Formats: sequence, C-alpha cells, structure tokens
Amino acid sequence: MTASPELQREMLRQMQTIRRFEERASDDYHNGAIYGVVHCYIGEEAVAVGVCSALNKDDQIISNHRGHGHCIAKGADLNRMMAELYGRQDGYCKGKGGSMHIADFSIGMLGANGIVGGGLSIVTGAGLAAQLEGKGRVAVCFFGDGASNAGSFHESLNIAARWKLPMLYVCEHNSWAANTSSRMTHARDDVASRAAGYGIPGVVVDGNDVLAVYEAATDAVARARAGEGPTLIECKTYRWRAHTERPGAADPRPLEEIAAWMAKDPIQHLVDDLKQQQGQYSDAEFQALDDAVMSAVAAAVAFAEASPFPAPEAALDDVFAD
Amino acid sequence: MSVISYQEAALQAVAEEMRRDHRVWALGEDLGRGGVFGQYRGLLEEFGPQRIADTPISEATIMGASVGAALVGTRPVVEMRFADFALCAVDEMVNQAAKARFMFGGQARVPMVIRQPSGMWRSSAAQHSQSLEAWYAHIPGLVVVAPYTPADNKGLLKSAIRCDDPVIYIEHKDNWALEGEVPDEADYLVPLGPARLARTGNDLTLVTWSKMVGVAEKAAALASLQGMEIEVIDLRTIWPWDQELVFASVAKTKRLMVVHEAVQVGGFGAEIAATVAEHMAHVLTAPICRMGAPRAPISYAKPLENQLRITPEQIVATASRQIGH
Repeated sequence: MTASPELQREMLRQMQTIRRFEERASDDYHNGAIYGVVHCYIGEEAVAVGVCSALNKDDQIISNHRGHGHCIAKGADLNRMMAELYGRQDGYCKGKGGSMHIADFSIGMLGANGIVGGGLSIVTGAGLAAQLEGKGRVAVCFFGDGASNAGSFHESLNIAARWKLPMLYVCEHNSWAANTSSRMTHARDDVASRAAGYGIPGVVVDGNDVLAVYEAATDAVARARAGEGPTLIECKTYRWRAHTERPGAADPRPLEEIAAWMAKDPIQHLVDDLKQQQGQYSDAEFQALDDAVMSAVAAAVAFAEASPFPAPEAALDDVFAD
Repeated sequence: MSVISYQEAALQAVAEEMRRDHRVWALGEDLGRGGVFGQYRGLLEEFGPQRIADTPISEATIMGASVGAALVGTRPVVEMRFADFALCAVDEMVNQAAKARFMFGGQARVPMVIRQPSGMWRSSAAQHSQSLEAWYAHIPGLVVVAPYTPADNKGLLKSAIRCDDPVIYIEHKDNWALEGEVPDEADYLVPLGPARLARTGNDLTLVTWSKMVGVAEKAAALASLQGMEIEVIDLRTIWPWDQELVFASVAKTKRLMVVHEAVQVGGFGAEIAATVAEHMAHVLTAPICRMGAPRAPISYAKPLENQLRITPEQIVATASRQIGH
C-alpha cells in the first residue's frame, strides 16, 4: 500500500522530530544536563517511522537500548521523554528508567530494553496475548543485527512461526553490533535469509527509504492480522553516530563508510520524494516544519528543566505491586 | 476438608483460578500431557491448547513471552519443569520480570507465576536437584514461595496466581505424593508472607521451609522424647519472610536454628540468622545455628545423595548441643 500525501508529510515530521530530539539529547549529554547513557538513532529514522505508520494505536511495540525513535514514531510525548532523559519526576518512568527504559503502555510502547535481544521474547508474549484475546492486535519488535545472534531471536521466531503469532520482527541492520562489524560475527550477513528456516517470509528492504519500509510493514501487518503469522523484515540502514555518546568512546567505523551512508540520508530521501511526487513541496515548507519541530524540542527541554528531581526515597517505590 | 496430595492440590489451584479468571493461562513443556509430574493433568481437556500451551524447549523465550503476556494484561503460569532449567531463563526473570514494574516507573505490572519444581528427588543428580531459593530472594521485585503442606500448595498457588508481581513458586519434587487435609472451598487462599507455626515448643525455634519442614517435625518429635521442645516454623514464603512470627518465637525460646536443603553457604538461612542476630542478640542464650547442604554439587548414587541430606537425627543432635541438654 502506498502512503497518502498527508501520511508522507506526517512521516517527515516524525523523522525530523526524532533527529532534532536526539541532536538535542546528544548536546545535552555532552554539556552535562543529561548524565546517563544516550544511544542515538540518527540515520535510522525511516525504520521506526515506516513501521509504526503501518500500525494502529493499540498495536504494541518493544524497542531496545536505541529506542528514542521507536517511542516518537509510536506517538510518545516529547516532554515526558526528555524529562526522563533528564532524570526528572515527570519523565515517563519518574526518573527510574532513563533513556534505555522509556515506556508508554497507553500507546502500546511496551518499553525500551537495555538487554540486547531482551525484547524479542517479551514482544513474542505480547503477540501470544494478542492471539489469545483475538482482537486483531499486532506486536512488533525492533532489534539490531547484533541481537539477531542472541538465542532469543531463534527461540522467538520458532515459537511465533509455529503458533502463527500476529507479529513483525524488524531487524535494523546497521552493520555494527556496538563496535564490532557484522561481517565478523554473522555466518551470513543477511538476517532475513534466516526466516526460511522457520518457514516465514523474510523481507529485505532499504531501511533509509521510509516509503519502502512502510509498504513492507503494511504487507506484514495485513498478513499478521489475517492470522497468517509473523514476518521478518530486515531494514538495511546505518547509525550516523557512535554506539554510545560517551566521550572518547571508541568508534572503529571507517569515515568513508559513515560518509557514504550520510549521503543516503533518509530524511532528505523523503524530501526528494515529496518534491518529485508532489511538485508543490518546497524548501520553505520543510523549513517551516523544522521550525515547528525545533520549537517542540525546545519546549520538551523547558518541560524537563522545570520538572523536579524525584525525591530520593522514591528509589524504593514501585518495586512490588501495591 | 478432603485428603489430597500436594500434586492434586496444585492441580486444583490452577484449575480453579483458570475457571475464575479467563486471563489466567499456563505454558511450558509437556503441559498437554499433564506436565512432567502430572500437576497439569486434565487441564488441556478442560481449557484447550491456547490456555494450556505446549511449548518448545525454549526456556528463555517461554519466560520472556510470559513477561510480555503479563505486561499486556494476561496472567501466565510458567512451568519450568525443573528449577535447574529455569537457569536458561535467568535474564528474563531477573532483568525483565523482576524489574519491569520499577524501571517503567510503575506503569507496568508483571503478574506471573514461575513454577520451579526443586530439591533432591530420586537420584536426579547435579542438574535436576538444586534448591536455589536464596538466589531469587536476593533479587528486588521477586516474590519467593516454597510451600510444604498440600493445603499450602493450594492456597499459596492460588494467591500467587492472583498476585500482581512475579512469583517464584518452588514446589518440592519429593512432596508430590505427600497427602494432607485441604479445605474444599473455592476461595481457599493462603496469603503470601505469613509463616505457619507447624509445632509449638519452648526450648528452641527451628525455622525451615519446603520439604525440610517434614524432617524438622520428625526431629521435634524425637527431641520431645528426650525432653526438648522444639518450635517449628514453616516459613512458606521466603520473600517477603515473616520476621514477626520468627522474632516472637525467638523471644520465647531464646534460641534459633535455621534448616534448609539448599547449600548452607549463602543460603537464605544466613539472612534469617543475621537478621535475628541484629535485632535479638541480647535475648539469645546460645549461638544461632544454621544447617544446610555442604557446598558440593548434588550426587547421583544413593549413599552420596544421602550424604547431602539433613536428617532428623542430625537436627536433634545439633539442637541438643544448642539447648545444652
């Protein structure tokens, strides 16, 4: 299915929001306003936005340590996200989770996860519950090429395939698992080819082309809702920034490799598409969109700064249910 | 009251809770064939394959999927078959189930019961015999339960299924056939937390749980013949544990012994001993005593396995020294 012009513009807004949010988060990490770890998604925005645009609000996703993009694409509130990064009381997790654990159960965002591969089995359970309840809900996991080598990947795909769970397994293949190239760690570089072993479709898509991702996700969602089982979608993409924002952190990736991927900017890709398809799209419009996004990010920072730190004794709350 | 087995009591608990609440379901290996110890017998026929789900041997994903299914509002009962096999799913228990509620700022609940048949049973050797309750008691976010009587196995399992937190539910494999009186009413619940006074006595408080309760009761009967009255407390819930009952008993007897089947080193007995020492050293008239297994993997051959078991006679001998009898 092709995205409508309105949806394409919304996709552009979301992608630009992810980018500007993370640019600010990165700046604030380096200037000390954000103390805890930040993993940036910049360069991979088309995956989260393309997939989540194919979902309903009550569909459920699980993210990973690089989760800001998935949160924003699923409709999370920037203010509460930024407040969580700032470790404030009004953050999504009341300052208990930080960047790696942002969740918003009200929009089907079942949490970012700090354990690589940790989300795969959990989201499979959300798929199981969706099947049990029979309301047509779909569950989606976002994970990297690194997580595809964890045992939970294979266990989860086997179970989901056997039980025909309504699921999408979305591999964001950015070719680097932390600081190790997938060329050194994957028996076969294509993750999608493993789908054959489980008898499910394995689709490779240009992860920097949001419309291509959207189309692949739409097909997979239709298949899932029809009771035909899960799909493994491998999105070839790249993160522009190092594994983590930590100062002095190693980044062994070749500069020319980074530059080549930056030339395939997913946001510029969509802008070019919009200009081509809808001749009326102009640089001025994009500038206006970016201004609005920058205002929203600035408002999120203001919200975060205005929110108090949690009371120290709250460190003992929420351990057990009431 | 009916006299039924520990296994039958657990079966009733799951069946009743599944009838009461459509969100309750169970998953694990061989559940469709009644479970490895028959503790799910007949449930497939009553509830169908979606609610009594037979899984592949994929412990990590069984556990993780249960976390996910619990996060979105169902109440899974996860069968690990043997407690030892749950170690293939420690990440999912410790990093995921135990922490989800906390790290998402209270947004999430993880109502799931993780059944782990534990303990030494029929020469099952090193990888099918362990008692690891102390590990789980160490993890914030987990409830840990280890019933001894059939009545408790029913009432505590029902409470565990209704609990909104992840519960590590430790059934002793040597107890499946143990029979006892169990109340018949459908809403028979034993609350998580309170211990059970299994036998009263004035000379020594003996705190124990799971199968060792029976061993302790035999020891107390033997000791009584020798003029020593041992008070036996069946802890039932390891975390949170019933400090109030233990403290009250120690205040009366002024002596404490903790007995468990698990390895003594770093066992949960050490926590109880230390807590009582911190709060009640002034009333104690004898050093606190712990009894647990030696720090060795569990053997296969009967004489070797038995070498690791605590006997009533050993308990009486130790109690006798402690009481100064």
